[in-house]
Amino acid sequence: MSPPLLEARGLSLRYGAVPALDDVALSIWPGEVVAIVGESGSGKTTLLRVLSGLLRPEAGTVLYRAPAGATHAVHDMGEAALRRLQRTDWGFVHQNPRDGLRLGISAGGNIGERLMATGARHYGTIRGAATEWLKRVEIDPARIDGLPRTFSGGMQQRLQIARTLVTHPRLVFMDEPTGGLDVSVQARLLDLIRALVADLGLSVLLVTHDIAAARLLAHRMLVMRQGRVVEEGLTDRVLDDPQHEYTQLLVASVLAA
Amino acid sequence: MYVAVKGGERAIEAAHAWLAEERRGDPALPELSVEQIGQQLGLAVDRVMAEGACFDRGLAALAIKQARGDLIEAAFLLRAYRTTLPRFGASLPLDTGAMRIRRRVSATYKDLPGGQVLGPTFDYTHRLLDFALACDRPGSPDPGRESQAPGLTAAEGNAPPSAPEAPAKAAAMPRVTSILAQEGLMQPETPGEAEPPDLTREPLSFPADRPVRLQALARGDEGFLLGLGYSTQRGYGNAHPFVGEIRMGEVAVEIEPPELGFPIEIGEITVTECQMVNQFAGSKTEPAQFTRGYGLTFGHGERKAMAMALVDRSLRAAELGEEATAPAQSEEFVLYHCDNVEATGFVEHLKLPHYVDFQSELEKIRQMRATALREAAE
Amino acid sequence: MSAVPAARPAEDAAAEGGEDRSDGSAGRLAGYNLGYLDENTKRMIRRTLLKAVAIPGHQVPFGSREMPLPYGWGTGGIQVTAAVIGPEDRLKVIDQGADDTTNAVSIRRFFARVAGVATTERTREASIIQTRHRIPETPLREGQIIVYQVPMPEPLFRLEPRVAETRRMHALADYGLMHVKLYEDIARHGQVAISYNYPVMVNGRYLMAPSPIPSFDNPKMDRMPALQLFGAGREKRIYAVPPYTAVKSLDFEDHPFQPVRAPAACALCGSQESYLDEVVTDDRGGRIFVCSDTDYCHTRQAAQPREAAE
Repeated sequence: MSPPLLEARGLSLRYGAVPALDDVALSIWPGEVVAIVGESGSGKTTLLRVLSGLLRPEAGTVLYRAPAGATHAVHDMGEAALRRLQRTDWGFVHQNPRDGLRLGISAGGNIGERLMATGARHYGTIRGAATEWLKRVEIDPARIDGLPRTFSGGMQQRLQIARTLVTHPRLVFMDEPTGGLDVSVQARLLDLIRALVADLGLSVLLVTHDIAAARLLAHRMLVMRQGRVVEEGLTDRVLDDPQHEYTQLLVASVLAA
Repeated sequence: MYVAVKGGERAIEAAHAWLAEERRGDPALPELSVEQIGQQLGLAVDRVMAEGACFDRGLAALAIKQARGDLIEAAFLLRAYRTTLPRFGASLPLDTGAMRIRRRVSATYKDLPGGQVLGPTFDYTHRLLDFALACDRPGSPDPGRESQAPGLTAAEGNAPPSAPEAPAKAAAMPRVTSILAQEGLMQPETPGEAEPPDLTREPLSFPADRPVRLQALARGDEGFLLGLGYSTQRGYGNAHPFVGEIRMGEVAVEIEPPELGFPIEIGEITVTECQMVNQFAGSKTEPAQFTRGYGLTFGHGERKAMAMALVDRSLRAAELGEEATAPAQSEEFVLYHCDNVEATGFVEHLKLPHYVDFQSELEKIRQMRATALREAAE
Repeated sequence: MSAVPAARPAEDAAAEGGEDRSDGSAGRLAGYNLGYLDENTKRMIRRTLLKAVAIPGHQVPFGSREMPLPYGWGTGGIQVTAAVIGPEDRLKVIDQGADDTTNAVSIRRFFARVAGVATTERTREASIIQTRHRIPETPLREGQIIVYQVPMPEPLFRLEPRVAETRRMHALADYGLMHVKLYEDIARHGQVAISYNYPVMVNGRYLMAPSPIPSFDNPKMDRMPALQLFGAGREKRIYAVPPYTAVKSLDFEDHPFQPVRAPAACALCGSQESYLDEVVTDDRGGRIFVCSDTDYCHTRQAAQPREAAE
């Protein structure tokens, strides 16, 4: 079996007296989608921020295996190298597309930014890639020069995904990507994400409180409560045969709803 | 045949000569003396000293005269002079607790040790133009006429009746914030041992610590700080201020020459100090208490000191863990824009020639319009 | 009122019996050090310049002093010039390419007064050229120094006003945003809509504002034999481009950088190559074009047969 792409051990972090992360370990392998579920306040968003280098843990390490095979400790690699990683190998999809888009820049410019940041200097090629990606996320390419603030919430979220995936990252962090959207829009977005992940062979770390989204997208899942991972396993196994009582409660509440 | 415009040098000389004439005004009227400005336009002098960052009443009055009463221009003149002076070192911290007080008011206590001292203030004057001041001498209806008679002594002039006097109180006047601090209600300020940085020698860098911020605010434009302070009261920033105390008077300036090893007094300056008391809800680690906003200016500059204290407190948002959303809470925004000498230079530089850039813009706009019109025609 | 300063910043202070703080060399302003700044300040600026030269295009903060000219009127350039000028130097000052514009005259007079330095209007004869908004047409050579007056040293300020954040972007060479701006211009206007202060990459590392020179002048910066120094007094930054350093205007491969110039010839010297000022001659749309570089234009006129120059 190949080594994991990202591997975290012993992560701990407290906010004042409250433990946000308590000795958390996690691994994700190439091409795998891992969901982190739990109710709000369980520490799942904090975990995502620590794993992606946005937040430093008080204890523990996060190791990332680069394509060339070298292993980097994410929190020791320095800001310049981390930023390079964040705009090449990695992607981050925010819950609120306003956090992940430049609202005053055209859709084409938003998609092209990562290409230009990594050295693309041919306008025609950049524009071609932007057009292609608008199609892939089901936005009319005629909107290429439109500003995101004139887009619907679902379109903004799809644009954010296009902007993130245009450089073909290996690992994408998604924080409640369907949160704040209407149910019908959510379903369409989940289908889109599933298709893109399969096409591109992406690894995805997905934070969600939506068990249905996790079931649809994730191969494996972790259940978090009060900063601890209380259960971990293949998605179907966890959902069909939950072992921990908290997981049982979570699954039951979805079924009841 | 076109001949390029020349004669910049002659134009400048002529302009300066004209300016000198305008400054002097009608030579039939007596010339304003620097002493008169220092005595009778004292608050203008105070403001120029504060924003010019140089305590010298004579030079400030001269600058006001030379600047024809343009106080920002006067502050600029004073700064440009100040920057050429050698810097010997820093004084010891002023002890405003030991101030010889001319005015001292607190809005938080009705009475307090040392009492309230109203002092020479516009407060409670009715803002009615006093036409008697338009006359150089009581009973003289035509202010122009008196100017024909220079040499009028002050005694002959309109000296107001002298103000009633009372013996100075012997009681000490502790600062209101010290009274609060005794009860542990006021967040203590720890005295720094290090010599504070000098903004006139080292450029601003961010995050700026409080000594740097206070220094910038003390030199800052009164109008800008007033507007910012006002904005914190109107909801742009979370301010709940009380005037703990405003005091104005004379304090001794001391230095400690290294070769002596003990402090010596080198003189006395007039300052206005304002300490604003602000609520602070506390955090997980600290219990609720009051926090301080601090303002200090040269001379009698109460409005400036109060505005400065408001802005100082709002700039502490980050340090106190408060959410910073308003302009007055952004240290970059406030510190980069409060200096009126910098601001006036950059705003006014727009009147310098920009022909070259404008020409480039002209050609660019023409090109872009041509492209757009061509595309529209296709 | 006893504190009339002994050393008054006026030429006649000495004549009126005021004290003289300078060493009193002939023709120089009494009461001030050579070059106006004190020696410690000059040393501080020279140190900053060395650092700036060592890291081409990187903005180095410095303790900019208050100068007797307003901020935004060349205080940065003046401080740089004052720190590098010596008695044997020959100074040329231009504003908008011309030696006789009022601000150029004012700054040249300032240095004549405080440094007692020789001045010239000839680009070829100058050892130091202080400029606002132009690079002379006559190519500069080794040993010359050109000092640019810079109103806003930060090339990213319109995209990101927070200085702390732009410094981080420079540190990480995170310049995607600048290219997004160019992309947006082309998408909207079919071309880059910047005509002056056109951003450049220096030595393949730092994004730099070339000061508000027309983009026409940008190519002159590339591998220039002269030393290029940039002073921003109000913003308290100095930066530099050492001789023969690569300076590339940002562009796209399929939308290459195109300098802007009026498609006309100079009405005085006939130049088809120089940068031109447009002069409105009447209110019926009449206009002619003349060289913005007055020294270049005069030299060309003098070299022409009499009737052409008449």
